[in-house]
Amino acid sequence: MSQLPVLIPASLLLFALLAVVAGGRDGRWAHRISLVGAVVAHLVSLVGIATVAGGGTTLRYALAGWAPPVGIEFVLDPLAAYMTGVVTFIGVVVLVYAPRSLAVEMPGKERLAFPAMVLLLAGLTGMCVTGDIFNLYVFLEIAALAAYALLASGDRGAPVATFRYLIIGSLGGGFYLVGATLLYLTAGTLNMADLHARLPELVENRAVISAALFMTVGLGVKMALFPMHFWLPDVYTNAPSAAAGLVAPVMTKVSAYVLIRLYLDVFPPGFVTAQLPLASAVGWLSALGIVYGSVLAVAQQDYRRMLAYSSVGQMGYIGLGIGLANPVGLVGGLLHILNHALMKGCLFLIGGVVRHRCGITRIPDMRGLGRVMPWTMAAFVVAALAMIGIPPTAGFFSKWYLLLGTLEAGNWWWFAAIIASSLLSAVYFFRTVEMIFRHPEDGDWAATAEPGDPPASLLVPVLILGAAIVLAGVLNVVVVNALLAPAAASLGG
Amino acid sequence: MTGDLSVARYPYVFIAVLVVIGVWGMVMKRNLLKKVVGMGIFQGAIYLLLVHGAYKAGGAIPIHAAKLGLEPDAYMNPLPHVMVLTAIVVGVAIMGVALSLLVVIHRRFGTLDEARILEMLREQG
Repeated sequence: MSQLPVLIPASLLLFALLAVVAGGRDGRWAHRISLVGAVVAHLVSLVGIATVAGGGTTLRYALAGWAPPVGIEFVLDPLAAYMTGVVTFIGVVVLVYAPRSLAVEMPGKERLAFPAMVLLLAGLTGMCVTGDIFNLYVFLEIAALAAYALLASGDRGAPVATFRYLIIGSLGGGFYLVGATLLYLTAGTLNMADLHARLPELVENRAVISAALFMTVGLGVKMALFPMHFWLPDVYTNAPSAAAGLVAPVMTKVSAYVLIRLYLDVFPPGFVTAQLPLASAVGWLSALGIVYGSVLAVAQQDYRRMLAYSSVGQMGYIGLGIGLANPVGLVGGLLHILNHALMKGCLFLIGGVVRHRCGITRIPDMRGLGRVMPWTMAAFVVAALAMIGIPPTAGFFSKWYLLLGTLEAGNWWWFAAIIASSLLSAVYFFRTVEMIFRHPEDGDWAATAEPGDPPASLLVPVLILGAAIVLAGVLNVVVVNALLAPAAASLGG
Repeated sequence: MTGDLSVARYPYVFIAVLVVIGVWGMVMKRNLLKKVVGMGIFQGAIYLLLVHGAYKAGGAIPIHAAKLGLEPDAYMNPLPHVMVLTAIVVGVAIMGVALSLLVVIHRRFGTLDEARILEMLREQG
């Protein structure tokens, strides 16, 4: 028994609490304590990754000494370690970025935003490490509540968009809970490993089948799977930049991870592929979502709205990985979780920088900004190339694995969806890049501006993410071999 | 194992009707407050599903009694009750956040009618 798995969410919960107390007097202390919490959690995640890399070892912790399956178990296997690493890394970067950005976008309320961010990280990492399907529901709602608070603090329309998200999100969470309840009432256990052992003899049971349906739909809403994505664009467009930069990269992905975990480690092998065509239903919806999101992203004039629709499309890549249900495809989907988190985080933070410095959110207004903010826009170009999928940036490799997966499955429609979406993202990102590097005309913000990148606390997180995009691309084989291949190995082949 | 759902279907029909009413309210109602009411009904239906799952005909409350001994079938299953308590806490928190969002929305727009709010947002760009 190792305490490592529980340390990640527990330290985040503790520091969130401390940050609320300390923030009562001074917002700067709320930020410092929150940042320390995220850094501690990230270091623990890194130790966890180093311990479980390569597969073979799995760290388990029984909460309060109650041995599973009676007690709640926290499990750190390669896949969970990978996810906690991604989530806490984005958390650290965004927390470095947040104070200066939030001081402009939600002045006076920052001291409560930092603890909410840490609480969001606690909920998300908890979802990653828990081995108990009901405990997972609680962490899911902790993360959701923290996200509602953060997202609602944005523009004039933000509370309305967040309210609609809350309604649809609690519907998704409720469906998940119905599924978990049905599984418990049928199999008599909540522990994932125990369920995996008991469910094979219950595969014909209608309660188990409807549980799988309820959980898939519920998590589909949470991961913005087409056509259950409609809450997402308004939420991301109206949110404060730092909140969007934290929620957009990690939150939908953790729900996708939970779906993968259920399909791999809770339901018996073949249950969601051979017996019920759930995995391929997720795949087909994802393929539609990829095309739909990319087409609508091309039509947007608002930078954040373009990113939001692009997120709908990019979530589809992860869904395709689920739908392919072969190891190489799943590796592609899982790798895209890291890649897309880095790319979307970088792009949303750049949007925040532009808004902070110039008060601009529309793409046509961004003309000439490449002259004013060379470093920021260099990071933008890297992230845009990665979104399109140009080697050696990260985005290329996850798409490569997914394409190999579609070839192995012989599914040409999905192959075509990936190619079409890459071409469409080339359209909307090159359009933005061209606008940024065009010569400014009279009346443009850039025409009269002093050249200069934003202050270091805004610029450094953007550059770190930009560098991470290239590094994740170059080192993708290491990540795949150490963490993802062991996770996908259970699919066989 | 309490796997056989065919013995007593009526509670499940009742719960399913409640779920449908709740989801209908959440999705179809134009008034945002009525959406919250729908959410309450939906959450309540899930709690009932759990409570019903714990029920055993003739079962006692799950506190050890000497005359009933350690026979599990003599007691209700306490675990779903614990889950319901947790789910209620989660539900109350969601409800609280939803209502506080409604307060903010009403202060900004002076109405809780979804169509009118969206219209106002569109007009202002």
